[in-house]
Amino acid sequence: MRTDTIAAIATGMSNSGIGIVRVSGENSADIVDKIFRPGNKRTKLTHAESHTIHYGHIFDGEEMLDEVMVSVMKRPRSFTAENTVEINCHGGILIMNRILELVIRSGARLAEPGEFTRRAYLNGRIDLAQAEAVIDVISSKNDMALSGSVRQLKGSVSKKIKEFREEILYEIAYIESALDDPEHISLEDYPSRLSVKIEELIKSTGGLISSFDNGKILKEGINTVIVGKPNVGKSSLLNLLVGKERAIVTDKAGTTRDIIEECINLHGISLNIIDTAGIRFTEDIVEKIGVERARRTAQDADLVIYVVDSSVELNENDYEILELIQDKKCIILLNKTDLESVVTAEDLKSRVEGDVSIIKTSTRDNTGIDEFEKEIKRMFFGGLIRNNEEIIITNLRHKEALMNAHESLLQVKKSIENNMPEDFYSIDLMNAYSSLGFIIGEEVEEDLINKIFSEFCMGK
Amino acid sequence: MSERLGIREKTDVCVIGAGHAGCEAALACARLGLETVLFTVSVDSIALMPCNPNIGGSSKGHLVREVDALGGEMGRNIDKTFIQSKMLNVSKGPAVHSLRAQADKAEYSRTMRKVLENQEHLSIKQAEVCRLLWEEISDSSCDADKRITGVVTFTGAVYEAKAVILCTGTYLKARCLCGEAITYTGPNGLQSADHLTDSLLELGIEMRRFKTGTPARMDKRSIDFSKMEEQRGDEKIIPFSFTTDPKEVQIDQVSCYLTYTNKDTHDIIRANLDRSPIYAGVIEGTGPRYCPSIEDKVVKFADRERHQVFIEPEGLHTNEMYVGGMSSSLPEDVQLAMYRTVPGLENCRMVRNAYAIEYDCIDPRQLFPTLGFKAVKGLYSAGQFNGSSGYEEAAAQGLVAGINAANFIFEKEELILDRSEAYIGVLIDDLVTKDNFEPYRMMTSRAEYRLLLRQDNADLRLRERGFQAGLVTRQQYEDMLEKKRLIRKEIQRLKSVVIGASKRNQEFLERNGSSPLKTATNLAELMCRPELSYELLGEIDEGREELPDNVIEQVQIEIKYEGYIDRQLRQVEQFKKMERRKIPSDLNYDDVPSLRIEARQKLKLFHPVSMGQASRISGVSPADISVLMVYLEQFKRKKEVTIE
Repeated sequence: MRTDTIAAIATGMSNSGIGIVRVSGENSADIVDKIFRPGNKRTKLTHAESHTIHYGHIFDGEEMLDEVMVSVMKRPRSFTAENTVEINCHGGILIMNRILELVIRSGARLAEPGEFTRRAYLNGRIDLAQAEAVIDVISSKNDMALSGSVRQLKGSVSKKIKEFREEILYEIAYIESALDDPEHISLEDYPSRLSVKIEELIKSTGGLISSFDNGKILKEGINTVIVGKPNVGKSSLLNLLVGKERAIVTDKAGTTRDIIEECINLHGISLNIIDTAGIRFTEDIVEKIGVERARRTAQDADLVIYVVDSSVELNENDYEILELIQDKKCIILLNKTDLESVVTAEDLKSRVEGDVSIIKTSTRDNTGIDEFEKEIKRMFFGGLIRNNEEIIITNLRHKEALMNAHESLLQVKKSIENNMPEDFYSIDLMNAYSSLGFIIGEEVEEDLINKIFSEFCMGK
Repeated sequence: MSERLGIREKTDVCVIGAGHAGCEAALACARLGLETVLFTVSVDSIALMPCNPNIGGSSKGHLVREVDALGGEMGRNIDKTFIQSKMLNVSKGPAVHSLRAQADKAEYSRTMRKVLENQEHLSIKQAEVCRLLWEEISDSSCDADKRITGVVTFTGAVYEAKAVILCTGTYLKARCLCGEAITYTGPNGLQSADHLTDSLLELGIEMRRFKTGTPARMDKRSIDFSKMEEQRGDEKIIPFSFTTDPKEVQIDQVSCYLTYTNKDTHDIIRANLDRSPIYAGVIEGTGPRYCPSIEDKVVKFADRERHQVFIEPEGLHTNEMYVGGMSSSLPEDVQLAMYRTVPGLENCRMVRNAYAIEYDCIDPRQLFPTLGFKAVKGLYSAGQFNGSSGYEEAAAQGLVAGINAANFIFEKEELILDRSEAYIGVLIDDLVTKDNFEPYRMMTSRAEYRLLLRQDNADLRLRERGFQAGLVTRQQYEDMLEKKRLIRKEIQRLKSVVIGASKRNQEFLERNGSSPLKTATNLAELMCRPELSYELLGEIDEGREELPDNVIEQVQIEIKYEGYIDRQLRQVEQFKKMERRKIPSDLNYDDVPSLRIEARQKLKLFHPVSMGQASRISGVSPADISVLMVYLEQFKRKKEVTIE
């Protein structure tokens, strides 16, 4: 079993006052020392007594991330019976994730589902009954992660990763077939050719990593979808929340033809807000696709914001939306209260089951927005809405794997520059290949041998 | 034939088949003091090389070195009988350097036979073994329910034995194909063994059918070598065996020749594909992809304008030349026409035509990594019977099967090499663990820790295991320890000798195209520079003592590639942890909750010995391994409680 150092967020993945990032394994203190600046400058966690707690700050390079308390527990007197360091930080999802990422970058590995408990068990810390529970956790979480892993990635990303892998595998197969059959396949001039390819791959994987950083892939917030008929003020709402003209707003119904996505931070809660094309029956083909996507997006959302134009009678389109949001967490905004109302809160209430808050707003006059924000906060801290923790975990895993692949490619480049023999390239190429495979859930195993035989003519 | 009337003999071990696997297996057992009978359908075909006339080559050369380090015979035998030698891949890293020698086939076979004939405790018997003898056992402490008790020959002779090693090569129900002509013989027209398969099936062993092939042999006098490129051997010959004195192998060598196929060759092949047994669907066995027939190459790589053809001598006392790269099962007339399109072969005369051969073998996942059958105690197998291909792969398995059969009889601890110790470990682990649908050939890409598994350090890796097994002498073992000590000492010295930025040193660096020093460094650091070497540094290394070449070689490699080697060592550490977690043989996988169905089925079927092996079975996921690991711990604790 692996006994390297692992890390994960130990508290639930929701915004709360305090969060804990747990690091367990031989090098846990060394790793946290790299990013922790203690209040008492002489403190080194590596040398700290067991069961002590230390005040200080977590730094990412020169950027201060958070004010924290760090506790040190030496083996075997910890949950896992390994050296353990716990970083008590502020409980924002964003903060916890950044600290976790930093710990990983500093040498820890992201813990597998149930791994702390598994280690605790294997090290004799917990008993049989608990262990059985662990088995269930591991298998159910793994199933989820496996089934979700590929789906969670945007199609374009997994396609890209497949392409990278394909290119890398070709190079490995080329090198390997030349090693296995030097009389048939030559490596003359190969390093310079590979060098070009590697440069490209380093650039593309690097690009993908930074897109993770920009949050384009890593969705940390609550997936929030704004729905409603055309021209009820959805885009205006989004613009209000975001504070800039992002969506195109006109008086013409059906201006927002595709899905517009924004990530905002509301009182420490991050929301991924998605503005959808208005839902209505349409013959316009482009718009029709948009409507269909809106419907699907709403189904996957953590929170739906349904905007109703209070100056216009409810119609079939509204009934359809009401159908759609029936079992979702939802807030209804009765918008355009600056105009004469024909729809009341009671009209709507009678049409939805359960307790749904309905708030009167005017996006033109910027009224009711505060109340709306308060409601989101209430729902979040009341535990009514939460984001999907699995997605964050898998995405972090993906990023970790991508960074490993990137690192391996840099190593190949270095080997080429140092004039190392060709067989050394394939060591790191193989590492890059399997790291990328981890992201899309594909195994390495026989790929290489098959590639060698299918691409290169070998043998006596 | 009734066995009651025949000869009745008692022995310790019966080895069936005297090819490269059988020879090593029999020698190992006899050398360990066990009475051993080696059965062959023809004494004249002992250690026969029915296909290519060479030993070694990429990754196969590693196997020969490892066999030698463990105390096997192949390395010594080829050192005595080679006619050309070459170290392949010398321009690449040390891990993929690989020795290959052209053999004098007849001499190889004869020399090996002499070794066998002079081996104490070993007798050779020309007879076809038709049946195995076994008894049921009802010992609940082991999962095998049968025990081997002996063999019966075609003439009804019974040999009682404590262990039997199957090394039947390509002889079981063999069938040779050359176009429409089919003969029911083993290689080279030798008698096939048609009876044993039924007995194996009766014993509960599952059989499968593989296929391989060999090219034609030409009369040397009919070849125009002036149209080919000559391929000479190395100037300085390095022997295979760690016990061979390099001075003794500096012989006059024989050349090989390189020529190419062309469009005409390919056209003839394409026009006659319907007469190929493979493309006509006559062949049922699965062939290897790494040595495809020429018709396969032409079909699969249709855009290739030419393929290489190597013309290699079969020995010093024969005119036969092997046509490497053009094995085929096309009819004889097509063969001749196609060979005659190749430059230099326009007037060639075929001494023997090319053919494909089909034979019975097993899915080796029925074996433990000891090469013993899981279901039958005392029964071992090696070589092509296990679904591998190649002389070297066979020899390696033969040696391991032989040692383990002996260990079984002596009730000694078994010899299992893991993937981080030897190519042999990779070979056997792949065979007994992974899905494999074609004759298995060793390849350097299969060894994940190949930087550590070099041919140059096979002695350092395996002498000790050979010594423990009883096949390596104390002297040989101590020689290795001394070599190790010298290597360590020299590396330490190089790391501690400080080289300052003196004028002399800077001049030396400049002269050798190396950048000048800014601060003092040590010799080891300087050796890491690609342009510098141990030899060059001699000039500024005053305290240097004279060391043997093989010590310098190791010092150089270990220093130059230290970073990479360290990384692999760390990976090996992780790997070993999983290998060390043994899975009890009485584990019932149905009791393990939450295993996925596919994983459960595979685990039940193959009963891996360790968590490491379990994790390499296709269809077993990391989640299954986690589940299994937790369950095993639980299982272990429960057991401890019961014992208390």
